[in-house]
Amino acid sequence: MEQSVKPKKKRKFVTPKTAPYMFIAPAVILFLIFTMYPVISSLILSFQRTSGGVTEFAGLANYQRLFNDPLFYKALGNTFTILIIQVPIMLTLAVILAVFMNSALLKMRGFFRVAFFMPAITALVAYAIIFMILLDENYGIVNYLLNMIGVDSIPWLNDPFWAKVALIIAVTWRWTGYNMVIFLAGLQNISSSLYEAASIDGAGKIRQFFSITLPQLKPIFLFTFVLSTIGTLQLFDEPFILTGGGPNNSTLTISLYLYMNGFRYFDFNYASAIAYVLVIIIAILSWLQMKVVGDKE
Amino acid sequence: MMKKKKTRELLKKIGLYSFLFIGVIISMFPFYWMFIGATNPSGQIFSIPPNLTPGDHFFENLRNLNESVGIWRVMFNSLVITLIFTAVSVFICSAAGYAFAKFDFKGRNAIFFTLLLAIMIPYHVTLIPLFKLMADLEWLNTYRAVILPHLSYPFAIFLMRQNMKAIPDSLIEASRVDGAGEFRIFFRVVLPTMRPALAAVAIFLFMFQWNNFLWPLVVMNSSDMYTLPVALSSLVGMSRIDYGQIMLGTTISTLPIMIFFLLLQKQFISGILGGSVKE
Repeated sequence: MEQSVKPKKKRKFVTPKTAPYMFIAPAVILFLIFTMYPVISSLILSFQRTSGGVTEFAGLANYQRLFNDPLFYKALGNTFTILIIQVPIMLTLAVILAVFMNSALLKMRGFFRVAFFMPAITALVAYAIIFMILLDENYGIVNYLLNMIGVDSIPWLNDPFWAKVALIIAVTWRWTGYNMVIFLAGLQNISSSLYEAASIDGAGKIRQFFSITLPQLKPIFLFTFVLSTIGTLQLFDEPFILTGGGPNNSTLTISLYLYMNGFRYFDFNYASAIAYVLVIIIAILSWLQMKVVGDKE
Repeated sequence: MMKKKKTRELLKKIGLYSFLFIGVIISMFPFYWMFIGATNPSGQIFSIPPNLTPGDHFFENLRNLNESVGIWRVMFNSLVITLIFTAVSVFICSAAGYAFAKFDFKGRNAIFFTLLLAIMIPYHVTLIPLFKLMADLEWLNTYRAVILPHLSYPFAIFLMRQNMKAIPDSLIEASRVDGAGEFRIFFRVVLPTMRPALAAVAIFLFMFQWNNFLWPLVVMNSSDMYTLPVALSSLVGMSRIDYGQIMLGTTISTLPIMIFFLLLQKQFISGILGGSVKE
């Protein structure tokens, strides 16, 4: 109002031309300092070596060391084992749950959705601690229940094989409901006319699931698969709390190994090389997954 | 015929509900177990047969927890860090999202593409240089060390941009004709129409920071600056673990979020899923 009365004396600084730069400035400046700079810096670090306070160019030495490091392969193997077993189990469970949740017979859908989603809001550290207690070999309630049905106690956190299983169970508990909600939204977008047509053609429910539901959910499978893959490759909090990477490094993940090299042995250069290998793996896997699904379309 | 169909439907219903109820038990039991543990003495959690009723040790556990990690201080740290982070980040990210959605300016696409690429990069890559930076600045064990690095959150900028696209250009144009300045338009016209998106992004950012573990673990090494997850993990490392206080600690970190979740289910789900699911 005032502006219309007062004649403009000086040229305005904030115009539609300059405004966008001011709007992005805080985000871009912070991004340059706290993301861009570290991303470049850690690439440089990975080609350097530091000894006795002196930093020098080391070429590919860190990467060479990495490719000859049995512990790195162990971490890589563990991470991929968990990835290959956990993600399909979790996504299958999530789809089945979503299909049940989508049933016309179901009432109280809201209640079930909240109950299944609840694990996804717990802090990773908090749920890892709860699972550590639930899975205690001697006194945990899980073994107590197993004993009740005549199964011997399982050394969940003290045996290389079972520690991986424990990790898989915990991660599946945390993320199945999360993925279920995504699938449920996908299911609700499938046109009901597709099912009606199939019913008229005499296709049963199971047939419909495989020839309509699954193909229609393909983009969502891709989305959840990429998300879960990236998440699993960065798995840190759970093994850190549950097993500390043990026993015998059987739950050592890439992120955990990176952390240990960086902040236990303070070998920043080597840890940076691990970080970059992780970036490359994520890039390749994401690209492959898009490619595989994209080609079939 | 009708009757047969009805019994079949009933059987289906029973199957459906029992499957889902088993799921609910698996999904909810750990929470119940946590509350049991938080109110019972340490050894009680391992009693055989398991004790499934709440006890009266809540205050004793609280006292022990406060003795070992200074829980009030830790809660205060977590709360201050998370609230400041969320408020500032929502503001920064929505301003950037607005510019990317509603302005045509030189370099827009290049900058936006760079931000998008950053979504794919695991934050472990920035961990070591960031730590060195914080150490050089002597910012270790400060709130800003935890708050600053993720304020510009590419994913949140991306979400805000997607949502801002829906604002009609004519609305912004009309405000300009009325003589409103650019900042005024942003605060008075744009942001008020964005409430649901702002809520979802705020919840997303809040959850990220409240649960953030690795970064605070690295930069907060004096125990009076611990955040909740870091304090909890330090309890696990103790030689003699007191399960009563540790379960109380996990309850404290989980319960407030649970209550918020129950109150704001829809915003929470869309927030945590990062807007990938629209109601």
